[in-house]
Amino acid sequence: MDEPTTAIVIFFAAIFTNNMLLASFLGMCSFVACSVLISTALGLGTAVTLVLACTTAINYGIYHLILKADAVWLATDLGFLKFIVFIAVIAAFVQFVEMFVERFSPKLYFALGIFLPLITVNCAILGASLLLVINEYNLPQSVGFGFGAGIGWTLAIVLMAGLRQKMRYSDIPEPFKGVPIALMVTGVLAMAFIGFAGMVSI
Amino acid sequence: MDYILAGINIEMYFWAILTFAGLVIVLAVWLMVSAQFLVNYGVCKLDINSGEKPLDVEGGQTLLSCLYANDIFIPSACGGKGSCGHCKLVVTEGGGPILPTETPFLTRQEIRSKVRLACQVKVREDVYVRIPSDLLDVKMFTGVVEHSRVLTHDIKEVRFKIDDDTISQRPGQYIQIQAPSPDGPVFRAYSISSPTYDETAVELMVRLVPGGIGSTYIHELDEGDPVSFTGPYGEFYLNEEPETEIICVGGGCGLAPMKNIIYSIYDKWPERSCWLFFGCRTTEDVFYLKEFQKLAKKHPALKIKYALSDPLKDGEEWDGETGFVHLAVDKYLEPDVARQAFLCGPPLMIDAVTRILEAKGIASDDIFYDKF
Repeated sequence: MDEPTTAIVIFFAAIFTNNMLLASFLGMCSFVACSVLISTALGLGTAVTLVLACTTAINYGIYHLILKADAVWLATDLGFLKFIVFIAVIAAFVQFVEMFVERFSPKLYFALGIFLPLITVNCAILGASLLLVINEYNLPQSVGFGFGAGIGWTLAIVLMAGLRQKMRYSDIPEPFKGVPIALMVTGVLAMAFIGFAGMVSI
Repeated sequence: MDYILAGINIEMYFWAILTFAGLVIVLAVWLMVSAQFLVNYGVCKLDINSGEKPLDVEGGQTLLSCLYANDIFIPSACGGKGSCGHCKLVVTEGGGPILPTETPFLTRQEIRSKVRLACQVKVREDVYVRIPSDLLDVKMFTGVVEHSRVLTHDIKEVRFKIDDDTISQRPGQYIQIQAPSPDGPVFRAYSISSPTYDETAVELMVRLVPGGIGSTYIHELDEGDPVSFTGPYGEFYLNEEPETEIICVGGGCGLAPMKNIIYSIYDKWPERSCWLFFGCRTTEDVFYLKEFQKLAKKHPALKIKYALSDPLKDGEEWDGETGFVHLAVDKYLEPDVARQAFLCGPPLMIDAVTRILEAKGIASDDIFYDKF
């Protein structure tokens, strides 16, 4: 393609065709652990979306100003540092958000607060920052990708929580109860999302 | 210009270290500055029992640490990690909503009556709490180990002499001893075995639990070592009516509160009727039998029954009871006598003995127990 894909296309692609969770299987641990109740899943999903959208922008800035080979501020190629730098930025940002929310919206803090520390080590967040480097996105594309990936992740975990709430009344064979059936259902859900393929492509 | 030394690009390493260190410093400064502005709650009012003890505390800490800083010692074993569930308090106002870290420790009734875990409640505004007056009397004591002696293969008796202070306790209460751990000091609860009139010292019986923080620490104490503990805690109330018979049932090392209760009773009411049932496995686990038999000679109203649950080994002699201790309780107690009972031991033993005592006509309000 000659025309670069616009941010809005990337946004929708990140939700449906390139869903972080169902296409790349990133962020699985919190996905399995927190998809028991819809309310919990929605809380965690909101927190992930917020952090994803912001950290992709910050990490984009740091990568293009300092780390990459012909960066604006530093000519030396420090691309190999991106893993550790991105993680440090994500951890610090999560800490900041936790303090910020605690101060200005106690209600939101009690709804999201407990999930924020979980997010620091959520691989979907780091994955999004690394993918925007691999795909060579510009700033609007990166933010569109981060925001879309967050929405996509939320959509997947909320769908999963809905299914698991239903499954409580199903007759599941003993060895499949709990995580095994959750993983199998995730696979089916991922196949269902393949139906979106061709809608948009990046 | 590239500085290459033995094939290593020195310049790149220099910039890599500088960049990462600089970035971490920037992030740390950012967080510290935000913390200064965001997590600064100023001085908050902490009101205890509607004006009984108003305190001004620095906001942002947990309720538990605010109370500890003001010499109010709420029971807590885990050191504020929210894993023991001991630091329950009624927070009437200002505690914020109940947290998911607290719910596993609270019953529905407790949630309705606004019980919270003090270590999880953060002081962000003026807080109103209710603390039982018993807990307001709890003090921090320092002392030294006066003596430490072996009772059985795994139980030690340790006596702490209190420095320039006296402790006033009810029989059956416990203290929390401060023990060092890799994650900072923790508190562990032990029943007081010294009688109430012994006000200048505290005696404990401690069974060594392999890998246990508290019991290992206490078993390794030598005479003269300094210790600190808080107390007294506990909801055992001895009936002051001398006509009421007292039933003490202990298992394992659950003899500590019983010794306290029995010696305190015979100091005050020499004629009062009292039964002591003690259950253990083998003759090796028997302790204090001679002391109690001596006391029983002086006070015939005291009846001592020790029961062994394991069969005797070859060549051993035993003139006491055999079988589980609740069988001995069932065998000796006449039904429908005015009684109060104190039980201390493993949960299964407590459940079995409680069933028997209730069948003998003791109201469940008159049965105090401590399961461990």
